[in-house]
Amino acid sequence: MILTKAQYDEIAQCLVSVPPTRQSLRKLKQRFPSQSQATLLSIFSQEYQKHIKRTHAKHHTLEAIESYYQRYLNGVLKNGAAPVLLELANEVDYAPSLMARIILERFLQEHEQTPPSKSVINSMLRDPSQIPDGVLANQVYQCVVNDCCYGPLVDCMKHAIGYEHEVLLRDLLLEKNLSFLDEDQLRAKGYDKTPDFILQVPVVMLCPSAVEGHIIHWIESKASFGDECSHHAYLHGQFWSYWNRFGPGLVIYWYGFIQELDCNRERGILLKACFPTDIVTLGHSTA
Amino acid sequence: VGRLEPSVRTDHLSGRSWVRWVSPELRVSPVASGLSVSSGLRESRTDGRTSGWDGQRSGPPGAGSAGSGPGRGPGGSEEGAGGENGAWAGARRSRASGSPISPRLELSSDPPNLSNLEEFPPVGTVPQGPAGRTKPSRRINPTPVSEERSLSKPKTCFTSPPISCAPTSQPSALDTSPWGLGLPLGCRSLQEEREMLRKERSKQLQQSPTPACSTPESPIPSRTESLTAESADPARVSSRQRLELVALVYSSCIAENLVPNLFLELFFVLQLLTARRMVPAKDSDLESSQGALDSLEIPLFQSIHDCVFFAVQVLEHQFQVLSYLDKGTLKLLAENERLLCFSPALQGRLRAAYEGSVAKVSLMMPPSAQAVSFQPETDNRANFFSDRAFHTFKKQRDVFYEVLREWEDHHEEPGWDFEKGLGSKIRAMMSQLSAACSHSHFVRLFQKQLLQMCQSPGSAGGTVLGEAPDVLNMLGADKLGRLRQLQERLLAPQSSGGPCPPPTFPGCQGFFRDFILSASSFQFNQHLMDSLSLKIRELNGLALPQHKPGDDDGESDVDWQGERKQFAMVLLSLRLLAKFLGFVAFLPYRGSEPPPTRELQDSILALRSQVPPVLDVRALLQQGLWTHRAVLTVPWLVEFLSFADHIVPLLDYYRSIFTLLLQLHRSLVLSQENEGEMCFLNKLLLLAVLGWLFQIPTVPEDLFFLEEGQAFEVDTAASEHGLDSVPVVDQQLLYTCCPYIGELRKLLASWVSGSSGRSGGFVRKITPTTTSSLGTQPLQTSQGLQAQLAQAFFHNQPPSLRRTVEFVAERIGSNCVKHIKATLVADLVHQAESLLQEQLVTRGQEGGDPAQLLEILCSQLCPHGAQALTQGQEFCQRKSPAAVQALLPEETPAAVLSSAENIAVELATEKACSWLSANITALIRREVKAAVSRILRTQGLEPAARVERRGCSRACEHHAPLPSHLISEIKVSTSCCMQDVLSLAAGPRDPEEGVSPEHLEQLLSQLGQSLRCRQFLCPPAEQFLAKCSVELASLLVADQIPILGPPAQHRLERGQARRLLHMLLSLWKDDFQGPVPLQLLLSPRNVGLLADTRPREWDLLLFLLRELVEQGLMGRLEIEACLGSLHEAQWPGDFSEELVTLFQLFLAEPHLPEPQLRACELVQPSRGTVLAQS
Repeated sequence: MILTKAQYDEIAQCLVSVPPTRQSLRKLKQRFPSQSQATLLSIFSQEYQKHIKRTHAKHHTLEAIESYYQRYLNGVLKNGAAPVLLELANEVDYAPSLMARIILERFLQEHEQTPPSKSVINSMLRDPSQIPDGVLANQVYQCVVNDCCYGPLVDCMKHAIGYEHEVLLRDLLLEKNLSFLDEDQLRAKGYDKTPDFILQVPVVMLCPSAVEGHIIHWIESKASFGDECSHHAYLHGQFWSYWNRFGPGLVIYWYGFIQELDCNRERGILLKACFPTDIVTLGHSTA
Repeated sequence: VGRLEPSVRTDHLSGRSWVRWVSPELRVSPVASGLSVSSGLRESRTDGRTSGWDGQRSGPPGAGSAGSGPGRGPGGSEEGAGGENGAWAGARRSRASGSPISPRLELSSDPPNLSNLEEFPPVGTVPQGPAGRTKPSRRINPTPVSEERSLSKPKTCFTSPPISCAPTSQPSALDTSPWGLGLPLGCRSLQEEREMLRKERSKQLQQSPTPACSTPESPIPSRTESLTAESADPARVSSRQRLELVALVYSSCIAENLVPNLFLELFFVLQLLTARRMVPAKDSDLESSQGALDSLEIPLFQSIHDCVFFAVQVLEHQFQVLSYLDKGTLKLLAENERLLCFSPALQGRLRAAYEGSVAKVSLMMPPSAQAVSFQPETDNRANFFSDRAFHTFKKQRDVFYEVLREWEDHHEEPGWDFEKGLGSKIRAMMSQLSAACSHSHFVRLFQKQLLQMCQSPGSAGGTVLGEAPDVLNMLGADKLGRLRQLQERLLAPQSSGGPCPPPTFPGCQGFFRDFILSASSFQFNQHLMDSLSLKIRELNGLALPQHKPGDDDGESDVDWQGERKQFAMVLLSLRLLAKFLGFVAFLPYRGSEPPPTRELQDSILALRSQVPPVLDVRALLQQGLWTHRAVLTVPWLVEFLSFADHIVPLLDYYRSIFTLLLQLHRSLVLSQENEGEMCFLNKLLLLAVLGWLFQIPTVPEDLFFLEEGQAFEVDTAASEHGLDSVPVVDQQLLYTCCPYIGELRKLLASWVSGSSGRSGGFVRKITPTTTSSLGTQPLQTSQGLQAQLAQAFFHNQPPSLRRTVEFVAERIGSNCVKHIKATLVADLVHQAESLLQEQLVTRGQEGGDPAQLLEILCSQLCPHGAQALTQGQEFCQRKSPAAVQALLPEETPAAVLSSAENIAVELATEKACSWLSANITALIRREVKAAVSRILRTQGLEPAARVERRGCSRACEHHAPLPSHLISEIKVSTSCCMQDVLSLAAGPRDPEEGVSPEHLEQLLSQLGQSLRCRQFLCPPAEQFLAKCSVELASLLVADQIPILGPPAQHRLERGQARRLLHMLLSLWKDDFQGPVPLQLLLSPRNVGLLADTRPREWDLLLFLLRELVEQGLMGRLEIEACLGSLHEAQWPGDFSEELVTLFQLFLAEPHLPEPQLRACELVQPSRGTVLAQS
């Protein structure tokens, strides 16, 4: 899904202050039926993360934490089965998973002698049954499963998606008979920067629209939507570094990207939303 | 004759300023005010200076242009402040005052009151009124340069050596000339005036630190005015003879390298050629002078006609050099209507040279800003001291490229400043670097990137040569000039430094220069110098092709292409590295001014002389000269030295280098082309770069003239042929290394643009080339795509892989050609030989025009040459993969290996096939030609069956008579020889002369011996003997051999004749190993012998013919064919009839051999009579 900047902005506009829930996503899907769910989710997630990054600090002041905790306690006191925590998160416009973490941390501080370590909390978020308080466990669980942007579940999903696409890409490369070195092999050889795949024999990708083709030395798979923010971060931390070492290469944003970002083709960084079909290999005309 | 020196004068009365061109020897009369022969030059010089090499140089150009030459920076003031510059200054002084070097051809029209310095205007100006005369110093009026038409004055005012010392250049006609007249004074005042100019200039420099922008602008109005160039007329040349002589002297000086810079002189000459107008010398001047002066004191150039005449004369002398200029320049020269008008012959030669010149259009390759690839072998953690160093360098690599990208994006934006934009980023990075001790890694990256980006000429802003202007010529003559100008700018945006631009860092080089300056890191510079020095040593010592492209040796041509390319690559890399080495090495010492006082200079010298040179360039130069590799070493050394500061040439170490270079320069006489000497273009390259070096501001002016020019001694003893004698330099390389040669073309082009209305020439006749051929996207074609992919493939592989593949391709390609030559071509030559035999048989003796034969053979065989390509392809496909496999590491991944193999096959095939397709026909021709002439030579144009040669029999003791004895007149054991016999038979002979039948028999038996002993028998001798024997047989048959004996019996007895014939038959059959031209027996001439005999006796002939058939020496059909063709000749009537009968008889004979019977029959004498009567 390659979107123009304008299209992207239109979608992003709809995402202002929308809680990261299934319902929100469903509505979004109805609003933009032509876009795939995955693309919308990815955009949603990224926009939401930006939003959270901006507001993160204000939810972590001592006062805020105290106030949330009190509201939680009051809530569950009234009705332990009600989605107290989730509603609280939505009400204050914060990610449910993160809200759960705040409350959990605060809870453990109160009930344990030593301040809880990060790993303990992470572990409890992953498996709420470890939480000593049954009501809180339920509340936390509710938050985690309803949050489509944050939380261990989402992290796990993202990781899985990333891995899947790497495998997918690997299969495609094998299918096309293009030999490559993968990240692990590169690391073993002592490369200081490692794209997902370095082609041992470069290929040329022909662009139907443009006059010429582009040489590709490496391919990076990104199972996300390429928006400005993430792309610039990637450029700086990864893509240019790859170019500096291996020459021009290809980035596949499986969930699409903003068209205008594909402006470094001549320089040697090429964006695609899928595996290129029109490639020329050394010694053959078209594969 | 030298560089013209402008002396700026202002006519106070008219307020008009004007310039006179004056050289020490020549005076060029005033050139038009406000217009310029050199306006372009000056503009460009200004630009060149402002975009100077390090920013420090970007001083004010304004005043400098009044007298300083192109490329002569503000440093021209070096002598201004007192002139006490140590040895150099002293030396200069001595030259100025004492030597008779500057004979002034022209003298001022002043009354030669030489004793009065004030009254004698030294720079050859015409006398002012009395008022002007009293204050000579005022004449040097530093009016703003923009007002002046200052011709390019080179830094070194070329002064020819004393005329008396130059034997060739002293025409006797000038014995009484006033050349020596008043010379010392003239020189002194000249010097004085120059000093004054310099002082003024330096004053101006200090006063106006910013370049006067008006300088380049101001010529423009005058330029439009200048469009109406004065026409030059050969008939109006004022003193032809004198101009001719001066042109001769001048040309000789150029030819003998007595001028510092060859191209500067050419530039000057072209300026003369294209001068638009001359401001007439003031009438009063001429008038007043006319009476008082004799003809030789009149200014040399009195009119534009004189200028053009002189220029054309010199150009005629310099034609050889001109013919090596690029196509564009040749065209412009050939199109120049003045030149045509003054010397149609020269125009014709130029045009021929233009047409014969190979267009070398260099397609500008886009500067590939490819990054240096990461190689685990050298770049991974194992190569660093610590994790920290490893990770720091990781970041630095990224920062470096970030900076590079930023520079690429912004450096052309107006107002963007490198230091401001990137300086702090770079320094931050460098400080990290210092902390992490990874300078060597970074320097390696830096140097590799430098080579990668700047090595290709295109990225360095090189000019496109050849006929690119033709596209523009389509657009019409009116716009031509402007378009040309535009084109010049587009093609060479920053090459505007005139014929002697200061050293610059064009294109991407600027980035690296600025990076070094901004980084200002001592550690970095040191590491960089270490690394550059090492690389220079490595490349300079690289084994490069030593063999010449052989005409006779086809396959070496294949290698040759690649080797020449390799040389160019190495040379360009060396120049680039040396330039940066020079830049960094002399960076700490650089200042625009020389030390002001002698004391200061001495102390600096004392300091500097103890500093060891960064790289032992002197040793490398000496080594280069000894091993005849000057063509490689000198160009980069010049680059290195061009960055030297003012002190450097004074240091003993470097001074000796300059001495060597001067000696070398002197020795490079272009007109001498001896075997084993340096090739023309090699010399031209060296002359160009050395000439350029001699104009660099920091090189002392006098250097050139002070070194007494003993020619460079070539150590012939040690001369195994070095690179110098191999034509490694081509025009492309010459222009790439010396883009300023292109200024000649610009000058000519600006003439065209000025005289647009009349431009034409053969501009329009040239078929316009389409732009598509120039500018196609290489990636569009699948071939280009594949080539790019191949390049890309190597990028991330270890460098050894590339070397291996290229090596394999190179060798296999070369072997392939050898193989084709040994197989296909050899087969074709074989075929040619047998075809030739056939041809000779069918055409008989008269079909013998070798050229025609060759044509026939080639037309039949050359088409087979096409097979060479398929066979070559097959060969490369078969051989390359195994070689690649054997040479690459076992562990190479399969995909990499197979790609490498494919590329090797591809490259080898391309190499072989491109050579084959271009040369196979010529190769076949050459080989066939050789074979044909070999056959024709050995066989004496006679057909024969191929007979296997045999040696002597084993028992042979080689005592047989020598063939030469048999043939020649020397009579050793025999009393006569073949030739004697034949000549006797042929007559005229004395009545008492003759041979005895015994002699004949003896002769034939000796012949047999000779033939059986092969020791001394060479094919031509055997051929000759065969021919003689056939003729002898004919004589026998015709009974024409005079026999010694009683007068009544002059004829050979029949039995004897037959016996001799038998001997001959057996010789032919058994002893001759080469072909015997038996068909000659039936040639009209030999048969005609029979016609003279009375009565005619045919039986011997018939006998012979039958024996020939029987013994298998000739085929029946062959004889029939011969007999048949006999009818076509003109015979007496009765003879024809007899011939017909003979023919019938021969035909009537049964095919079965019945020798006995026949022999009996034929003896009957009546048979012959019957024949004769029937």
